[in-house]
Amino acid sequence: MGMSFFTPLSWNDSGFILTGVLNTVYISVVAVLIGTILGLAMGFLRAEANRFTNTLLGGVLDILRSVPLIIQLILFSTYIGAMGHPLNPFVAGSIILSLYTMAFMSEVFRGGFESVPQSMIIAGRSLGMSYWQTVVYIRLPIGMRAVFPSWLGVALSVIKDSALVSVIGYMELLRTSEQLISRTQQPLKILIGVGIFYFIISYPLSLYGKYVERKMAI
Amino acid sequence: MIKIQDVHKSFADLKVLKGIDLDVKKGEVVSVIGGSGSGKSTLLYCINGIEKIQQGRILVDEIDVHAKGTNRDKLRQRLGMVFQQWNSFPHLTVLENAMLAPRIVKKMNKKRAMEIAKEELNHVGLGDKFDEYPTRMSGGQQQRLAIARALAMKPDYMLFDEVTSALDPELVGEVLDTLRMLRDDGMTMICVTHEMAFAREVSDKVAFFHEGIIEEMGPPEQVISNPQKETTQKFLSKVLH
Ligand SMILES: Nc1ncnc2c1ncn2[C@@H]1O[C@H](COP(=O)(O)OP(=O)(O)O)[C@@H](O)[C@H]1O
Ligand SMILES: [Mg+2]
Repeated sequence: MGMSFFTPLSWNDSGFILTGVLNTVYISVVAVLIGTILGLAMGFLRAEANRFTNTLLGGVLDILRSVPLIIQLILFSTYIGAMGHPLNPFVAGSIILSLYTMAFMSEVFRGGFESVPQSMIIAGRSLGMSYWQTVVYIRLPIGMRAVFPSWLGVALSVIKDSALVSVIGYMELLRTSEQLISRTQQPLKILIGVGIFYFIISYPLSLYGKYVERKMAI
Repeated sequence: MIKIQDVHKSFADLKVLKGIDLDVKKGEVVSVIGGSGSGKSTLLYCINGIEKIQQGRILVDEIDVHAKGTNRDKLRQRLGMVFQQWNSFPHLTVLENAMLAPRIVKKMNKKRAMEIAKEELNHVGLGDKFDEYPTRMSGGQQQRLAIARALAMKPDYMLFDEVTSALDPELVGEVLDTLRMLRDDGMTMICVTHEMAFAREVSDKVAFFHEGIIEEMGPPEQVISNPQKETTQKFLSKVLH
């Protein structure tokens, strides 16, 4: 009787699901990219800055890291909306997710920069390299290699965290599937599908990370 | 020529160099000996301008290292330096290690930089290691790489800071042989060293450092074989036995 109200999952839904998948990939790539660039700059600043600047930056980054992402998303998008500049969910989500990523990446990169011994930098300077040349040709490549596994770890968690951007209306995979669930009433099937998707993306990446880690350990 | 004139250097309250005078002529080998903490490394860092000085001056080919207008990055191209720790760049192959500075500092094209790097690597006996990563090599090989890497910049002077001190005893010989070879090539060198036999053999002049001053200086036959000062005698009797 009432069953006619729901329509079961069908192949016609695949385009809709694909949009969700692509949007998840899209916002994750944007956040990881921007978060990495900003995190690199921030990590470098923190490795180089004096104590005062460091405490200041550290405080801001701590806030970004400790306030739950979902709260940051809702706060930001409501505040911006209330100010009369509503942003579309993708832009608002990208900004917050990127900053959130930056906060974690900055710690990763700071560790990377600090892992390069001062003596190695002096060796570069004594060959005539400028300060910036030692940054670009010595500290960056050596430091980044050392922290690649941690970088990958952060990137993977960002892919998963991107699901939270659904709360401000971005049509990523989770939100797409919620809509499908309410239409089809087939939550188990759909959520398992979504879970498998995240697994398919994350697992090979984490295997790759482990592989690199092992290779570097030699 | 390197002229070191009345150089004073402190780290905060700690006076490390208390008036150093030393001339190093073209083609000379000067060994610096002395106890740990006497300021030997600091002097080398002051010569290539990595550390500032508070008083006196250091002239390298008449260029005042510490003067305001001096381009110290440029000046360092004339002053190769090798350290106790070899500091190989682990992300680069042996060949790339030796090519990096000629490429980015001297803006040499790849072909030319490679030629020079290979030449210097052959010279120190690493001709069969071009594509090896330094972390897979012994300390002695890495130290020879550090020497070749510095030589690839075609410096006029080489500063050596206890380059054999961190090596396993059986690897010391190959590095000292490399230094001997450089001396025979006519390289001007300042060698901070604890290898007294080596210093006696290769040096034109030996400077004994004690608490930030040169306590005794002269030919090795004097300073090492027949020291005049009591502090020198004491130091030598400690390191020679
Ligand atoms: N960067 C630095 N900051 C503070 N003190 C230093 C620094 N470098 C060296 N010193 C101090 O200066 C003194 C001389 O050091 P160094 O030149 O390394 O002696 P040496 O090479 O003869 O063993 C030591 O007491 C050392 O602790
Ligand atoms: Mg020393």
